[in-house]
Amino acid sequence: MTERTELAEKPATEIQPAAKQDEPVLRPAVDIFEDEGGITLHADMPGVSRDHLNVKVEGDILTIEGDAEISMPEGMEPLYADVRATHYRRSFTLSSEMDTEKVEASLKHGVLTLRIPKREEHKPKKIEVQVG
Amino acid sequence: MFGTTGLFDELQRIQREMEAVLGATPWANGIRSSASSFPSVNVGTTAEAVDVYFFAPGVDPTSLDISIQNNVLNVAGERRIIREEGASYYRKERFDGEFRRTFSLPEDIDPERVDASYKDGVLHVRLQRKESSKPRQIKVS
Repeated sequence: MTERTELAEKPATEIQPAAKQDEPVLRPAVDIFEDEGGITLHADMPGVSRDHLNVKVEGDILTIEGDAEISMPEGMEPLYADVRATHYRRSFTLSSEMDTEKVEASLKHGVLTLRIPKREEHKPKKIEVQVG
Repeated sequence: MFGTTGLFDELQRIQREMEAVLGATPWANGIRSSASSFPSVNVGTTAEAVDVYFFAPGVDPTSLDISIQNNVLNVAGERRIIREEGASYYRKERFDGEFRRTFSLPEDIDPERVDASYKDGVLHVRLQRKESSKPRQIKVS
């Protein structure tokens, strides 16, 4: 599938969220912190490879999504399971000072790291107090 | 391994929710079960092997201590989250610290034939069953 067909198909997938919500969804645990330059998010998404990760910003909503791919031998029978779904999804609302064009994402050992910088004009400026 | 929720899944879910609210359930816990759910574990079996999956993202695989004793699989390790100094934290949900999970194995596991691999934050331990206990096709001559 080319990039173009995927874009063309997007509106269709947006009309049918009801069916998708029936699937069990895992909510990844996250750490979120802010420093002067922006916000950093770490999310635990074990089993997700780069190819099955989807990070998107629509309007002011940031959504992280992924599918865990676990190789299992054929005919395996479950004995015990803490994890009962393979689809991760979680959304966050962003505020206007976040520069969504410059979001950086990286994935290592099943941990997603997102860096969302603040727009230049919103970075805090130190105001020097003149001592007269 | 994943998938359909049956009666026992539902019971486990109720138990988890009761534990979250009340701190403990009226019935007995497994003596080796721990309150911490990190890492999550799934176990599946086939005629040849038992496959155990530990969902342990962000762990240095060389630091994992995997052992088998008296038919109990034991995985211990550590995940230290390095906190950014001077940053303000909004959420700290991810597990930080030492962890240990144990799992009682079926009797017919061969402790000499165990492989472990770590990929995308999932530790997969495969324990082969003893040859003698594998199902054997018996031909009628």
